[in-house]
Amino acid sequence: MKKAEPFVSTTNACKMCTPLGAAMAFKGLEGCVPFLHGSQGCATYMRRYIISHFREPMDIASSSLGEKDAVYGGKANLMQGLLNVIGKYKAPAVGIATTCLTETIGDDVPTILHEFRKEHLTSLNGQMPALIHVSTPSYGGSHMEGFHAAVRSMVAQLADPETAKHRGINLFSGFVSPEDIRHLQDIFAHFGLSATLLPDYSETLDGPALEDYQNIPGGGTPLDAVRAMPGAGASIEFGRTIKPERSAGAVLRDMYGVPLHSLGLPIGLRESDALFTTLETLAGCSAPRRYALERGRLLDAMVDGHKYVAGKKAIIYGEEDLVVGLTSFLSEIGIKPVLVASGGESGLLAEAVAAVTGEFPGDPPLVRDGVDFYQIVAEAEALEPDLVVGNSKGYRELARARNIPLIRVGFPIHDRFGSQRVLHLGYKGALNLYDLIVNALIEKKQEDSPIGYGYI
Amino acid sequence: MEPVIFEERKTQIHRKGAEPFSISCNKSSLAGAVSQRACVFCGSRVVLYPIADALHLVHGPIGCAVYTWDIRGALSSGPELHRLSFSTDLREKDVIFGGEKKLHQALIELIDLHKPNAAFVYSTCIVGIIGDDLKAVCKKVQAEKGIPVIPVQSEGFKGNKREGYLAACEAMFQLVGTGDVSTISPLSVNILGDFNLAGEIWIIQDYLKRMGVEVVANITGDGRVADVRRAHGAALNLVQCSGATMDLAKMMQEKYGIPVIRVSYFGIEDMSDALYDVAKFFQDKDPEIMTRTQELVREELMALYPKLQTFRKDLEGKKAAIYVGGAFKAFSLIKSFRHLGMNVVMVGSQTGTEEDYRELAEITDEGTIIVDDTNPLELSAFIKEKDVDIFVGGVKERPIAFKLGVGFCDHNHERKEALEGFLGMYNFAREVHATVTSPVWNFTPRRRKSPITVPGASQSTEACTGKGRAS
Ligand code: SF4
Ligand code: SF4
Repeated sequence: MKKAEPFVSTTNACKMCTPLGAAMAFKGLEGCVPFLHGSQGCATYMRRYIISHFREPMDIASSSLGEKDAVYGGKANLMQGLLNVIGKYKAPAVGIATTCLTETIGDDVPTILHEFRKEHLTSLNGQMPALIHVSTPSYGGSHMEGFHAAVRSMVAQLADPETAKHRGINLFSGFVSPEDIRHLQDIFAHFGLSATLLPDYSETLDGPALEDYQNIPGGGTPLDAVRAMPGAGASIEFGRTIKPERSAGAVLRDMYGVPLHSLGLPIGLRESDALFTTLETLAGCSAPRRYALERGRLLDAMVDGHKYVAGKKAIIYGEEDLVVGLTSFLSEIGIKPVLVASGGESGLLAEAVAAVTGEFPGDPPLVRDGVDFYQIVAEAEALEPDLVVGNSKGYRELARARNIPLIRVGFPIHDRFGSQRVLHLGYKGALNLYDLIVNALIEKKQEDSPIGYGYI
Repeated sequence: MEPVIFEERKTQIHRKGAEPFSISCNKSSLAGAVSQRACVFCGSRVVLYPIADALHLVHGPIGCAVYTWDIRGALSSGPELHRLSFSTDLREKDVIFGGEKKLHQALIELIDLHKPNAAFVYSTCIVGIIGDDLKAVCKKVQAEKGIPVIPVQSEGFKGNKREGYLAACEAMFQLVGTGDVSTISPLSVNILGDFNLAGEIWIIQDYLKRMGVEVVANITGDGRVADVRRAHGAALNLVQCSGATMDLAKMMQEKYGIPVIRVSYFGIEDMSDALYDVAKFFQDKDPEIMTRTQELVREELMALYPKLQTFRKDLEGKKAAIYVGGAFKAFSLIKSFRHLGMNVVMVGSQTGTEEDYRELAEITDEGTIIVDDTNPLELSAFIKEKDVDIFVGGVKERPIAFKLGVGFCDHNHERKEALEGFLGMYNFAREVHATVTSPVWNFTPRRRKSPITVPGASQSTEACTGKGRAS
């Protein structure tokens, strides 16, 4: 067996860089233009990457630092860039994330923004947009760290301490698909709970065809709703691998006493149950009948299909919280996760995986964090998986090379259509994933078969 | 309405006819303007990437490597090392203490593992800042491993994409002249500036073969290190594209006296001209070559024309906008659209020179907008103003077109359709036709033709009460 050696270099990374996550999160705030403080290339590359997944415009401004600025500091470019974005986009909010470059040259963004506000308030006729900043050196984590840090920054920097108590719930749903966000909104609405979801890019990154081009697409979490978060009755935060210092929910809990419910991403039966139980408590009623039915249908399907999936072995990769949720779900339906891999390095992955696989018989899966696809592929050799579950990046070396199906979930998906509409969450999301998996296995069997049964 | 054009960018936009030609270009992108451009690193990566048996190691934090992993459509007929994404994935401690040691180790382990014929090491912004001595590390590894290990000075912030082209050419020039040229035919060329997207180089090679011309090196599509090493043995350099590899051709002209012809393989005229230019060049050595070439062109055109005519019927009079990486491609596109009976009303590029834009101004119609280094705000405004039917661009431009209810043709490095040669012209026409004549535009809000009533169009904010006529 080829052993996955501790290589110094990275081959085919299983992660993206920090500011990309921040830009995604900022895109979920109403009227917010993401702005990268750095040289032009980073912003353009990330735009390109995100556009290919969502097939939507994704404007990320850049302070476009040149050589001189890299030496003397990027302040002038940042100020100028902000003025340009504010002037042309009329953005009510700008989300500023640093890049490796500006972190390394040591630009002090909070101070620059302070000066910007002072200097330009009059020239902007008192219309100073909300300027939210987050420090995102890419060498300090993956895109998930950037995502969480940006959500936390939005909460910490916008929250209004004076806000009155209200009955709303804050929901930090993490890096999920627009369809997931829409589904969560429905669930809360059916419970009669008014929720503030942050970020909400369900419309900004999956917008309708409209009469005119929108410089800033509609949708997103309203700024006022974020300001009012300290008054909420509770916060729910998805993610078993979010460290307290990156948690938006923890800020609200620690500074404003908003109770925090930390849950896993609700993928599969048990993790969804945990969400619905929490919602029942918060709403003071039992779940609406439609969800009892959805749960029932999921279970019914799990029974109907269990022999197709029984004993199959899967490799799961992607963001840490996503793989924890997927591992939980696959274990429930009788697929054996043999390798759970992520490029993230929170240090919490193994524990989180153990928590969701512990109750099932058999060996626990190998858990690898901080890995790249070279290492995943090397491990795969001996594990002989029947399928892989993750983003498009595992297609060539992992799935195609072994002639096994890839179930595309997460980000990026750029070799299939409709990635915005992949539903992962809740009973309905689990059912969607279940159908995808069972059908992929049936298709594989059918295609490999010399007989080619047309009736299965 | 608010003007969408930034004051600072006004000189980078020219409207033909309204004023005498003048345009400024090759400037750094304006801060905050959401430029469609990438960076120096992007320029060198584009050029060198398709050398398929070389190791391409990105020295920097992970993002620069991740976002360039196998996104291009450059195919290889053999090894595919170029389709993997190698990075030193710099971390905080490397940034503080320097990344040279890590780079050295990374090179050694990757070379041992993949046995490449050469290694290119790309420098990114951070490396420029922390001051790693790339040259020294590369030299050391070259001595240890016995293959060329070449630093590419591509720090992202050191200019725009063009600087990246130059850095790539300088890197490649270190290889040229190190191979054996004794067996090369006197009728031989290097193909420069073609990246073998969707196998396009194979189309061109086939034409050249039919003409009796040997291709020494593909630079860089389907490229091989050994071929680049003996590229100085070719009799002629064919350079395509606005200038990605022009610098290399100039260096080879200076040092080895190899003449250069600039060509384009897009569209009927440019493709034919390219072949005829080659034939003319070799006429003295092979008097038959012109006849063979004429036959080839005739044969291809006979097959192509009738097909084009069927597309043309539907496309006549439609309007096109073009925004591409290099301006040279835009010339061919303008001519190609004319073959389809279509007019180009806007044309721009990320990296054009003043000369390029002047030429564009000459060959376009009155009123055409010519633009350098643009952004989504401007592009959407131009598309609306000119009411175009199709936009030609890359992935970043696509959603702008689609959101405006306008057809789109992908013409950048990521496309997976061959658009070069006579076959490419057919593919292009087919794609243009498919998108322009799609029935979906009948329904998109901005361009819908039929007066259909759309639910929700009243924009009423009131919830539906269910008290309709039925109640
Ligand atoms: S860090 Fe520099 S080299 Fe890398 S993508 Fe950004 S601008 Fe380009
Ligand atoms: S420099 Fe840093 S922020 Fe920019 S693309 Fe590279 S990793 Fe990402």
